Amino acid sequence: MKRFLGFVKKEFLHIFRDYRTLIILFGIPAAQIMIFGYVVSNDLKDAGVAFLDLSRDEVTQKLTDKICSSGFFRLTETLTSYNDIDKILKKGKTKAVIVFQKDFGRDLFAEGKTTMSVIADGSEPNMATLVTNYITAITTDFNIEQARAPGGAVSLISAQVRMFYNPSLQGHYMFVPGVITLIMILICALMTSVTITREKEFGTMEVLLVSPLRPTQIILGKVTPYFILSFINVIVILLLSWFVFGLPVKGSLVLLLAESMLYILMSLSLGILISTVSSTMQQAIFISMVGMMLPTILLSGFIYPIENMPWIYNWVSAIMPPRYFIIIIKDIMIKGTGFAYIWKETLILAFMTMVFIWLSIRNFRIRLH
Amino acid sequence: MTGQSVISVSNLVKKFGSFVANDNLSFEVYEGEIFGFLGANGAGKTTTIRILSGLSEPTSGKVVVAGFDAKKEPEKIKKNIGYMCQKFSLYEDLTVKENITLYGGIYGMSKNLIRERTAMLLEKLSFQAWGDRLISSLPLGFKQKLAFSIAILHEPRIVYLDEPTGGVDPITRRQFWEMIYETAARGITVFVTTHYMDEAEYCDRVSIMNEGRIVALDTPEGLKKSYNASSIEEVFVKIARPK
Amino acid sequence: MQTVIESSGICKKFGETVALDNITFNVGESEIFGLIGPDGAGKTTLFRIITTISLPDSGSMKVLGLDAIAGFRELRRRIGYMPGRFSLYQDLSVEENLEFYATVFGTTVKENYDLISDIYSHIEPFKKRLAGKLSGGMKQKLALSCALIHKPDLLVLDEPTTGVDAVSRQEFWDMLRKLRQHNITIIVSTPYMDEAMRCDRVGLIQGGRILTVDNPENIRTGFSAILYRIRAAEKYRLLIALRKYSGISSAYPFGDSVHATFRTGRIDESFREFLRSEGMENVTIEESPADIEDRFLELMAAVKTEQGK
Repeated sequence: MKRFLGFVKKEFLHIFRDYRTLIILFGIPAAQIMIFGYVVSNDLKDAGVAFLDLSRDEVTQKLTDKICSSGFFRLTETLTSYNDIDKILKKGKTKAVIVFQKDFGRDLFAEGKTTMSVIADGSEPNMATLVTNYITAITTDFNIEQARAPGGAVSLISAQVRMFYNPSLQGHYMFVPGVITLIMILICALMTSVTITREKEFGTMEVLLVSPLRPTQIILGKVTPYFILSFINVIVILLLSWFVFGLPVKGSLVLLLAESMLYILMSLSLGILISTVSSTMQQAIFISMVGMMLPTILLSGFIYPIENMPWIYNWVSAIMPPRYFIIIIKDIMIKGTGFAYIWKETLILAFMTMVFIWLSIRNFRIRLH
Repeated sequence: MTGQSVISVSNLVKKFGSFVANDNLSFEVYEGEIFGFLGANGAGKTTTIRILSGLSEPTSGKVVVAGFDAKKEPEKIKKNIGYMCQKFSLYEDLTVKENITLYGGIYGMSKNLIRERTAMLLEKLSFQAWGDRLISSLPLGFKQKLAFSIAILHEPRIVYLDEPTGGVDPITRRQFWEMIYETAARGITVFVTTHYMDEAEYCDRVSIMNEGRIVALDTPEGLKKSYNASSIEEVFVKIARPK
Repeated sequence: MQTVIESSGICKKFGETVALDNITFNVGESEIFGLIGPDGAGKTTLFRIITTISLPDSGSMKVLGLDAIAGFRELRRRIGYMPGRFSLYQDLSVEENLEFYATVFGTTVKENYDLISDIYSHIEPFKKRLAGKLSGGMKQKLALSCALIHKPDLLVLDEPTTGVDAVSRQEFWDMLRKLRQHNITIIVSTPYMDEAMRCDRVGLIQGGRILTVDNPENIRTGFSAILYRIRAAEKYRLLIALRKYSGISSAYPFGDSVHATFRTGRIDESFREFLRSEGMENVTIEESPADIEDRFLELMAAVKTEQGK
């Protein structure tokens, strides 16, 4: 135990002595939060929509068909009551619910105009904006078609848009979870892999190997300081988003922190795995950056909605741990859902962590070559 | 040996802030001479060599290398010197020929000249069969000899060697020294820095630096005589650690 | 005398390259054993097998009476190892480095201070300085202190004097001498022939093979021919001339002279005549005892002709 503590102390000395490490550790998260203030927009494809049709007449049927056959949307469910809206949005597959109130068609013919409601999932502001814009456009198109039809009269349907979860559609609601996800995996994996390969490069690993230290002591000694620092980091980011953007954690804070710990552990074990396959710091940095930063940004649903990706990227994204943590953290922070909604993702992360640890231990040699 | 002087240093001083790295150095190195430049770690050798190769400017004093003033014409000095250090002088992932071509190109040699000298060089080293092999696949001794040949490919006036034979086997070492002798006989001045006192014994003259000054400069034999020592190593230790 | 290292038939390949070829030798207790050979001879590979961090392809290695493979746990407690590059944490201070290695080996600096005091006292005034800011000689002393801090029974030093100036090298060898009082066996590698004379026994290694193992004096006197030291003002011309002489057996530059042996054993007047005909004046020729390096050259040449057959 004394050996282990001595090792941990040494790691802390390394970290605190190198101001660059500290900047990376605590400066970059803050910078990232500012940098990712604006979210990239893009095209829509097969977004899930649900309908709550309380009128069930010819007009609503036609409009529903038009929206669903546009190629932009996909019908996920037909609802029967207002109470279902919240439930189906929380499931995450449905990006918007379109509501036709009672006597929709009759009102249209009688008064020449009527209103439909579009309720979008605002926790993904990028997606929500796209969805509502497209629905509005399709509706306008529908209006023109109706007017041109033989015997058609000028009639107007306007779409009234409402956002759930993020009423003012603020972008940072989206990117704070994204930044936490990205930062944690980067820092944890990058730092641990670099610190282990550094020992290899400077030849100190050789002496550690020729010492009574066990591999598990070396690995745990490397991981412990970063685990503690990363956890502090999560708290700092949450506080930062609270004070700078006024973003509260809607769900259980305890659950969020527990899930973060799992994610940090996953990232650390990934870092160790990287270090076991790379022999220089350069390699470790390269693998961590190219192998993780870009996929995390591009494929985890952080910026580009996974729904819009070609199937092959969608598959690749399925093996990206950040994808699952983004769902977890968004659900807890923004939607306020509980464990019942995210147990699947949690399980996947836990499974990945175990795979990484298993692979690392298998790869970590007690000898060279 | 009193040929033409190719390195002429008088009252060279180099300061870094208040730290005096070179304290009033004066010495001459002659054409075709093998000059050993010794000193303990931190004695100021590296600083001097940087100035002699035009990489750094003297604080005061006059330094003339290959006929050019180190203060005014450092670029011309660089064209007239060659440099080889024990490690990192060849690109391991390029072939022998590619390394030669690259180096020749850096020194502005024409394609024909490079081709001609490459053939000559490979023949002299009996390397013809190795021209298209990667450097990384060559034995250490070959690399060393090749690195030296490349350093003098552009026929410089002076070649600087940093611990040229450290770590090579005794036979290769001797072949290497024969190459150095041959080079010096052609009139190229060879300037050797080393920690390896055995290497110093091969030089025509040897200078020993200590704390920024040159404290001894003579032939190996002369040094051994005046310090009443049996080897340069003994001379060195007597100078650097006076009892 | 007890045997501390017992290597028999150790072979190791990396892909196609043979790093170690049937290495057999012993190191006795409290001995300073030098492994002398050029870079790439296999010194580091052999040391890694001794220190249990590399496995041989075949052969057996016994260290401190234990098998280096099966007994690695126990051995790692009892070996002090200083790899080729000084394994120090550059960003930790002198003191922190030493303390870290002490805790890793389950001891304290205080406990074994008497063992390292001779060495550590040189660098103690700089104990707050970062290891990366030390000179080569001081780094070497710190690395040695770190390798000694757990009072190992066997000290394995891989090229401890490379890149260190002559004064520090001499101090270093003096320290190793003193360590013998503490019953520590030392195996040290170096590419520098002149350091061979400072060891109790040496093994000459080249191309993964041990050419000979003996005490330095025996190796030196094992030189089989009569050696002449020949000097002239123009060394290169002398060398060229010697190569032309039909009776020459070997001629190598050696510092300010040329070491030569002759087919006829002793030289006669015809050789001097030959030199005169080559225009070499003022040549001094003297019979000289061989150096250990002369013997190494002789052994290497023998291996080469053997391989040539």
